[in-house]
Amino acid sequence: MQIPEVMRTVPLEYYLFFSTALFVIGVLGVLTRRNALVIFMSVELMLNAVNLLLASFSSYRQDSVGQVFVFFIMAVAAAEVTVGLAIIVMIYRNTKSIDVQLLNRLKG
Amino acid sequence: MLAISALSVFGIIVLFLGFSNNKSALMLAAMLSLLATFGLALYEWQHPEITPAVAAGMMSFDNLSILFTAVLLVTGILLLPLSERFLVDPKAQPAEYYAILLFSMVGAIMMVTFDNLIMLFLGLEILSISLYVLTGSDKRNLLANEAALKYFLMGAFATGVLLYGVAMLYGAAGSFSLSDIALYVQDNHDNLSPMLYIGLFMMLVGMLFKLSVAPFHWWTADVYTGAPNFFTAYMSTIVKTAGFAALYKILSVSFVGVYDYWFLMLAICAVLTLCIGNLTATAQQSFKRMMAYSGVSHAGYMLIAVASFSDKTPEAIFFYSLAYSIATITAFAALMRVADTKGSADFAAFYGLAKTNPFLSFALTVSMLSLAGIPLTAGFMGKLFVFMSALEQGHVALVVAAVLMSAVGVYYYLRVVIAMYMREGNGVAVTLSPRFRVVLIATTVLTILLGVVPSLVAGAL
Repeated sequence: MQIPEVMRTVPLEYYLFFSTALFVIGVLGVLTRRNALVIFMSVELMLNAVNLLLASFSSYRQDSVGQVFVFFIMAVAAAEVTVGLAIIVMIYRNTKSIDVQLLNRLKG
Repeated sequence: MLAISALSVFGIIVLFLGFSNNKSALMLAAMLSLLATFGLALYEWQHPEITPAVAAGMMSFDNLSILFTAVLLVTGILLLPLSERFLVDPKAQPAEYYAILLFSMVGAIMMVTFDNLIMLFLGLEILSISLYVLTGSDKRNLLANEAALKYFLMGAFATGVLLYGVAMLYGAAGSFSLSDIALYVQDNHDNLSPMLYIGLFMMLVGMLFKLSVAPFHWWTADVYTGAPNFFTAYMSTIVKTAGFAALYKILSVSFVGVYDYWFLMLAICAVLTLCIGNLTATAQQSFKRMMAYSGVSHAGYMLIAVASFSDKTPEAIFFYSLAYSIATITAFAALMRVADTKGSADFAAFYGLAKTNPFLSFALTVSMLSLAGIPLTAGFMGKLFVFMSALEQGHVALVVAAVLMSAVGVYYYLRVVIAMYMREGNGVAVTLSPRFRVVLIATTVLTILLGVVPSLVAGAL
C-alpha cells in the first residue's frame, strides 16, 4: 500500500481533531509557560500540528501540493529555529536567564 | 519577478562586499541595488508578459503590485542613507545589515505580488525572520535583546496561527491558489464548509498580529522601542505597506463572496485599533514609544480602507501607505539625530530644537502635521482617500470614529511641535550630516507636494 492509502485508513475527522488538539496544546504552552525554550517548543508543536493537518488533507484529496507546502514549512521552521536559538543564547549571555517574566525593562 | 530575482542576487553580492574594508562602498552598493530593482519593477510595468511566463501561477506583477513594490523600494531608498552610523560604529556589521535588509525587501515584494498562499507564507517569513535578526542586531543592549525575543516569540506564534488558517482553507477548497479558492467560494456559496470560516478567521488573526492591529498589538510598543532606531523606522514602514497590500489582495481576490463575514471582524478591529492606538499614544513620555502607538493607530486607518472594500480601496491603501512611510521616515530621521546627540528619545530631548536646528524642526513639524492629517500635507489626502472609500460603501459610523480619533491624534503630534518651538532646551546643538539633509529635504518636499497635488501618484492606477 502507498503511504497516502495507509493514511486514508483513519477517518479524516480523527486527523482534524488530533491536530487541532495538538495546536491548542501549543497555543496554551505559548500563553502560559515562562521559559523561552519551552515557549519555543510549543510554537514548534503548533507548526507540526499544521504539518499533520496538511499531510492528511493532501492524502485524502490525492493532491500533492499540500505535502509540498509541508516541506516549505519545515524549511522555514528550521530557519526560524536558527534565528530563535541565536536570540535566546544572546539573552542568556547577557542576563544568565531565559525566563521571559524577567524581561520587563520595556514598559509604558 | 525580475525585481525579486535581481534583488536576491544583489543581497548576496553586498554580503560578500563585506570582506573589503571600504565601508562606504557598502551603502553605495545597497543603494544601487535598490535603484536597479526599482528600474526593473518599472520595466515590468511596460512588459506585463514577463512574469506569467516564468512564475507558474505563483505570483503576478500586475500594476497594483508594481505600485506597492515601488512604495516599498522608495521607502528603502529614502531610509538607506540614514544608516550612516553603522559605517563608523566599530561594533556594527554593515555588510550583514545591508544584505539582510535587501533579503527582507525580497520578502516584502513577494508579499505584494503573490498569487498563491505558499508564496504569501514564504514572503511573510523571509521578511519576519530578517526583522528578528535586525531587531536583535545590537547584541550588547539588553533592551534590544528583550525586543528581539518578544518579537521573535510573538512573530513565530502568529505564523503558527496563520498556517493553521491556511491548512484549514486548503482542507475546504483543496488548493492554495487564490483564484481556485475564489472559485470554490463562488461555486459553493450556499453550503460553504465550516473549515473555510475557521481558516479565514485564523489566517486573518495571524495577519493582524503581524500588522500590530488591536487586540493583537501588545508586543508592538516594546519591540519598536527596544529595536535600534534605524530598524524601527524600517519595520514600521515596510511591514505596514507589505502587510496591508497582502491583506487586501487575499480578501479582494478570494473572499469577495463572504464579505459580510470578514467585514464585521475587520471593522471591530479597526475601531479598537484606532481607540487604543491613539489614546495610549497620548500618555507616552518617549517620542519613540509615541511613534510606536502612532504606528498602531495608522494600521487602524488602513484597516478601514481594506474593510470598506470599494473600488477606491486600492488607491486609498497605496496613497496612505506612501504618505505614512514618508512622514515616518522624517520622524525617525529626526529621532536618530536627537537620540544620538542627547542620548534620550523622550519628548524632553526635543526641547528647544527650533533654536539650535530650525531646518530639522521644520521638517519634523511637516511630518507631524502629515501624520496628524492636517490639510496641505500628504497625510491629509491619505485620510481623505480612506474616508471617501468608506463613505462610498455607506460605512458612516466607521468614518465618524476615525475622524474623532484623528482629532485625538492632533494632540500628541502637536506635543512634539510645542516641545521644539515653545520650550527652553539645554542648548546642545543637533547637527545634520549631508546625507540626512538630503533625505529630509526629499521627504519634506514629497510630503507637501503629495498634499497639494495628490494626482501626481494617485492617478497612476
